[in-house]
Amino acid sequence: MSSILEVSGVSVSFDGFRAINNLSFTIGPAELRAIIGPNGAGKSTFMDIVTGKTRPNSGTVTFGERSVSLLKLSEAQIARIGVGRKFQRPTVFEDQTVTENLTLALKAGRGPWRVLAWRAKAADRARVQALAEQVGLGDHLARKSGELSHGQKQWLEIAMLLAQEPRLLLVDEPAAGMTLAERERTTALLVDIARSRAVVVVEHDMDFVRRLNCRVTVLHEGAVLAEGSLDHVTKNQDVIDVYLGRG
Amino acid sequence: MQKSYLMRTPSLLIFLATLALFTVFVTVAADMGWMSTSFVKTLGKTLCLCLAAVAMDLVWGYAGILSLGHMAFFAIGGYMIGMWLMYARTEEIVVASLMNGGLPATPQEVQQGIATQIFGVVGASDLPTIWGFAHSLPLQLLLVVALPGLLALIFGWLAFRSRVTGVYLSILTQAMTLALSLYLFQNDSGLRGNNGLSGLQNLPGLDAVGQDRLSVWFFWASAGALGLTYLLLAWVVSGKFGSVIRAIRDDEARVRFLGYSVETYKLFVFTLTAVIVAIAGALYYPQAGIINPAELAPIASIYLAVWVAIGGRGRLYGAVIGAAVVSLLTTWFTGGRAPSIPLGFATINWVDWWQVLLGMSFVAVTLFAPKGIGGLFDAFAGLRTPDRKGAPLGPDDGSLQEQEAVE
Repeated sequence: MSSILEVSGVSVSFDGFRAINNLSFTIGPAELRAIIGPNGAGKSTFMDIVTGKTRPNSGTVTFGERSVSLLKLSEAQIARIGVGRKFQRPTVFEDQTVTENLTLALKAGRGPWRVLAWRAKAADRARVQALAEQVGLGDHLARKSGELSHGQKQWLEIAMLLAQEPRLLLVDEPAAGMTLAERERTTALLVDIARSRAVVVVEHDMDFVRRLNCRVTVLHEGAVLAEGSLDHVTKNQDVIDVYLGRG
Repeated sequence: MQKSYLMRTPSLLIFLATLALFTVFVTVAADMGWMSTSFVKTLGKTLCLCLAAVAMDLVWGYAGILSLGHMAFFAIGGYMIGMWLMYARTEEIVVASLMNGGLPATPQEVQQGIATQIFGVVGASDLPTIWGFAHSLPLQLLLVVALPGLLALIFGWLAFRSRVTGVYLSILTQAMTLALSLYLFQNDSGLRGNNGLSGLQNLPGLDAVGQDRLSVWFFWASAGALGLTYLLLAWVVSGKFGSVIRAIRDDEARVRFLGYSVETYKLFVFTLTAVIVAIAGALYYPQAGIINPAELAPIASIYLAVWVAIGGRGRLYGAVIGAAVVSLLTTWFTGGRAPSIPLGFATINWVDWWQVLLGMSFVAVTLFAPKGIGGLFDAFAGLRTPDRKGAPLGPDDGSLQEQEAVE
């Protein structure tokens, strides 16, 4: 199977501490994958490396059919070639309306001159409306996003990710702070998105991971400890020792 | 549903109408002799300061870059136009005096005469290389925008590329304007050291036109520049571009992950505003008549930030109101016309105490009215910030809390 993201032999250390140790990871173009692991396992650092925020000391990270190396690109360039990231804490632009937030994310020219000349066309407005409805914010387009509830902000951010039309989505704890009903809705949304794109979900909550019903990668001390279905990894003795056994 | 742009932002039309009415009023008042020439000049200069403040609002209020060095671009704009004014004016005088000798003067003689006239005061008699374009108005006008634009581009590129932000960037911009000012104070900098350039109020070839007329012309030019720039910037901030730079102000890392090159946008805004401020300077100094390196002192740029803060950041008309109100008050208080207040044991002399008053109002605005004078318009329009005694505004902990909404 061809893969859209290929991370191989990546190591990174901060002041001598090896946050990521010879990590290798691949994901297919339309696959849902959950990454779990105890605190400090390197989950966030892994996402930082893929999105260009952190530069690894060694290893390669390639993206897409033509295996573009992500290590030489800036964060903005990586985002433009199709890697979207959702942070743990909802980070929407609270002073701007839902429409403005979505418009910012819409796939379009990103240079200053192109953005200056950009004016919303009927197709753009329809796309914003459709995206908002997809995440249940259809009636809130004119509201400032700061007024939305926590769960709504999370969804708005997911809608912004979709508006970017990325080929790979990195989602950090999407269900944090959500009610049960909101979680179920988020699960369904992620599963649906993963039909057409690669989605990597970092999550602590085992029940949530179980509902995603996908392959799971367990990270520990910066390396892959186990990979497979949730049932498979939860039976793995190493995993039980370092992670599940603690709970 | 889709209201036209003008309907959504009535402030644009109101502002332009007010500016037009004010221009007509000043023109009539100057013609009828109700207003002294020096007061017309003061008002014209104030409009130039308002123009600089609008640019400062774009770079600070919208893009969140607290530049404390923009008045350096203002002064460079002034120096560039001042060089031509001084050269061409001196040329007239030199040619006239050489004519008395009988023979027509050679170009070399004329140039030598000009150099001696201008640079005698710093003990030099050669025209420095940087005056190479001073004979040509079009070239020098080009430099008014090109030089500050280039300087802002290089400075901004270095600073933003290294991801210098916040207070560190402010300090860097202060250092830039201070370094420029110290350089210009030197006699051999080629711009007459601390003497600066003077006699800029006399336009070459327009001796027949009195200062009373010229002051009105410059007032018109300043009002026109302010109106056009306001229109341009209102357009810039209204669309997606405004949305992007406000997003950069609020969370630049997030904007990067949306695929926007934050550094390019900052550089764009920094350079654009530097050019606008330089144009304001080029209109200001012919009305002031003199420019010297003290105009680049860091305090000038801090004043610019204070005007914008008092007027109200993040709204263009707020910046104009802040600059106009504070700079006119400064003129009044420091002009010696404000009555002193005898307290018995001491006397409050406003020339000395004005700075204290200004400083205290800046602190008060920052603490108690972060929206500045512009916030008053929100109050009139009924857009009060919610007062729910600390209760959350929404149904969830994650929704905007009262404290956040007040900001």
